[in-house]
Amino acid sequence: MASLIKKDTLWRHITVLVPYLWLLVFFLLPFGIILKISLAEPVLAQPPFSPTFDETGALSVNTDNFAFLFRDKLYALTYLKSVLMAAAATICCLLLGFPIAYGIARSDPRTRSLLLLLIVLPFWISFLLRVYAWMGLLGNYGVINNFLMWLGITAQPIQILYTDFAIFLGLAYSYLPFMILPLYATLERMDLDLVDAAMDLGASRTTAFWDITWPLARAGVIAGCMLVFIPAMGEYVIPYLLGGPDALLIGRVLFDEFYVNRDWPLASAVAIMLLVLLVVPIVVLQRNQARDEEQAI
Amino acid sequence: MSSSRNPCFIRIRGVSKLFGDFVAIDDVSLDIAQGELFSILGGSGCGKTTLLRILAGFEQPTRGRVEIDGVDVTDIPAYDRPVNMMFQSYAIFPHMSVEKNISYGLRKDKVGSAEIAQRVDEVIELVQLGDFRKRDPDQLSGGQRQRVALARALIKRPKVLLLDEPLAALDKKLREHTQFELMNIQHELGITFVVVTHDQEEAMTLSTRIAVMNKGRLLQVGEPREIYEYPETRFVADFIGTINTFEGRVSSVDEQHIQVNCETAGGDLMAFNEHELKSGDKVCIAVRPEKIFISRDPPENSEDIRIRGTVDDLGYLGNLSLYRVRLESGKVILVSQQNRQRSAKRSIEWEEQIWVSWRPRSSIVLVN
Amino acid sequence: MRKQSRFILSVLAFGYAFLYLPLLSVIFYSFNDSRLATVWGGFSTRWYGELFRNEQILDATFLSFRIAATSATLATIFGTMAGLMLVRFGRFRGRTLFSGMITAPLVMPEVITGLSLLLLFVTFQQWFGWPGQRGFSTITIAHTTFSMAYVAVIVRSRLSQMDQSLEEAAMDLGCRPARVVFDITLPLIVPAMVSGWLLAFTLSLDDLVIASFVSGPGSNTLPMYIFSKVKLGVTPDVNALASLFILIVTVTLFTAWFLTNRRARKV
Repeated sequence: MASLIKKDTLWRHITVLVPYLWLLVFFLLPFGIILKISLAEPVLAQPPFSPTFDETGALSVNTDNFAFLFRDKLYALTYLKSVLMAAAATICCLLLGFPIAYGIARSDPRTRSLLLLLIVLPFWISFLLRVYAWMGLLGNYGVINNFLMWLGITAQPIQILYTDFAIFLGLAYSYLPFMILPLYATLERMDLDLVDAAMDLGASRTTAFWDITWPLARAGVIAGCMLVFIPAMGEYVIPYLLGGPDALLIGRVLFDEFYVNRDWPLASAVAIMLLVLLVVPIVVLQRNQARDEEQAI
Repeated sequence: MSSSRNPCFIRIRGVSKLFGDFVAIDDVSLDIAQGELFSILGGSGCGKTTLLRILAGFEQPTRGRVEIDGVDVTDIPAYDRPVNMMFQSYAIFPHMSVEKNISYGLRKDKVGSAEIAQRVDEVIELVQLGDFRKRDPDQLSGGQRQRVALARALIKRPKVLLLDEPLAALDKKLREHTQFELMNIQHELGITFVVVTHDQEEAMTLSTRIAVMNKGRLLQVGEPREIYEYPETRFVADFIGTINTFEGRVSSVDEQHIQVNCETAGGDLMAFNEHELKSGDKVCIAVRPEKIFISRDPPENSEDIRIRGTVDDLGYLGNLSLYRVRLESGKVILVSQQNRQRSAKRSIEWEEQIWVSWRPRSSIVLVN
Repeated sequence: MRKQSRFILSVLAFGYAFLYLPLLSVIFYSFNDSRLATVWGGFSTRWYGELFRNEQILDATFLSFRIAATSATLATIFGTMAGLMLVRFGRFRGRTLFSGMITAPLVMPEVITGLSLLLLFVTFQQWFGWPGQRGFSTITIAHTTFSMAYVAVIVRSRLSQMDQSLEEAAMDLGCRPARVVFDITLPLIVPAMVSGWLLAFTLSLDDLVIASFVSGPGSNTLPMYIFSKVKLGVTPDVNALASLFILIVTVTLFTAWFLTNRRARKV
């Protein structure tokens, strides 16, 4: 009897310990290391950073990397540009995604499942290849320019690819499903009688939307915006493939510092700063999800 | 209250509603008088809710017109109709307090804030929600939510109040209590109530008149007593209360009576000839369980219909006793008897040979 | 049903066109005979043929599939354990830290995850001499770490919808808690585990940034190979590869959709 109970608790411990240890080692520990290296000095060595404890055993902390990030205008501009780009893409996704999610949630069940499938489908196709598809559309002799020239709107191809506008399009395109799905989830759950009730009490269709639908979709709006904004901030592939050589967004700068300049401590500092920038939206998202789950119960 | 009540306050003329190929409502015409508490009764999917939604303005009829108080409202959208609705789900706005919910309709009509405050007070008084006006809807019980929904619909002083299964979400005790409250409020305000329900008991107690619907068609309209005692179709007879039926053919006709030969009754059953039937017509004789007497000895009145049977099963319900009686033909019928005398011993036992009998007047003749 | 307004219908049409136009144009150009990817040179399927003769692509695909299958399997095991402990084990010490760690990878930018894991592996190499070479094992570990978060979310939501009285009934009938997990809980969450596995597999196959960080020289996954080619512009053989991807995904998803729809209608 006692041994059986012991076996049960043993199982419990294994179930807890295995994923726990895995995450401690491969998720939490790396952040410690990144923090540590961001406080080191770059040296010409393998690996290219100074040890945390110098020869005398004293702790060596070097905040120059962070100071540099604040001093150098380039980095400030990069951060600002990343925020603006991500925000623009988020707003575009919201404007486009809300009516789409609304339309799907209000269609009849069979069409609805097909429409949802078509929203999810691109998600299963390689992200890289979807971004790549835009290269073919936007290029100087791509589909869009060929079409415009065929229409006679322009004689010379318009430069679209390798501009900031292309990055914006790429971001909006890639992250649109992330906006639609949480919005759909809240709109679908909403009691349609509420809108009918508002109209019954004298609200027009538009008034009923702003009085009822919009406030009740808040959780979905927040979740959708965060799910677009957060990854768009750190995006690397889209600015690289669709943006020009000077399209400096944080993700790309981080990558370049690391591989091109081999400045590991600075790259780590850039990563830490990105994380600091994202703490607010991440916390907003998690709070929102927790509240939403509570309400669902 | 006005003495001259308009008998055609709501006038529904030839209304049909199709969803694709599906006929939700099939050519319904109906008049509802001012100040009535009118029920539309039917099973799920019978079209009763669709009819209510057409009255509210949420659905456009495919054919037909709807008039309210002399005005053709068929093309008027929901938000401009002098009609308000209480939803089955109550549809309380979850992000507004009780007070905000109730005043919503007046705010949309741009009523002045002093008048809003006064009317909110009135209606909160009427439904006795005084202590809850600042609460959020998720802090309310089912009965309180029902009151908020009612208050919110009443505050606009609609000409017609539509109620979609108003009591379905409440438990039994509360339902009975609320039923009478609804009737009182209706009586006090004199507003025309149109109630949709699947619960025949609720319809019987609440309503001045009942319309029974099935498969999109209107089967019968009448006062509760008419619907119960004089059902016109087999469906209505079955749907309202319990009933025993005997299929048969008319064997003979005289001035007043008909004899119907029913195999399952083991002979002829007598009934009044209300439908001008001829010999050989296929009919169905129906009898309510409480109209049947049960006795050990053969009943004396020779006019009565008398059949021998065995008690298969019996149940004591306090005020009533229910018997399942197997007739000699093998058919089982239901009989209910009031327990008039206080007595510890049952007079009739299981497996006992008994007689069942009823007056010819109690036989309902249903023509298919 | 309720009628949709014209505005909604037109946004729907525009939205779906926006989502699918790029994909359709890739498929169209994959049949272009011309080497210049943007000039139409007649219909041809030759780029598909070349795909299967390109050994670099085949090697990269093979490596990607090995990594995806391994990491998806590990992620499903760990993610299921994580989901179980979050929903069924109640409070335990360090629960808050754990639930933070399991959800954080969902929102963590890839560049940060990639960089931090690379630095971890470099440090480990200094300390223990492992991993001697970065490649299959390091990419698999990285992918397992972020995929298990997705699996945990799916399993967790399935578990919290599940009627706990099923498990209580099993215990009432004399089943020990550990047996309950295997007899009742796991069989019931198999669908969630399967979709978790598929999601993890796809995420792994899809990942470029993290793999680029943690892989060493000589180990190219398929996205890394594609990226190195498309950096320079549109190429016809990538068009063909993309079209194949689209075809496989579309056929798989529509088959799954059709099957579940048919089953749903039968019920």
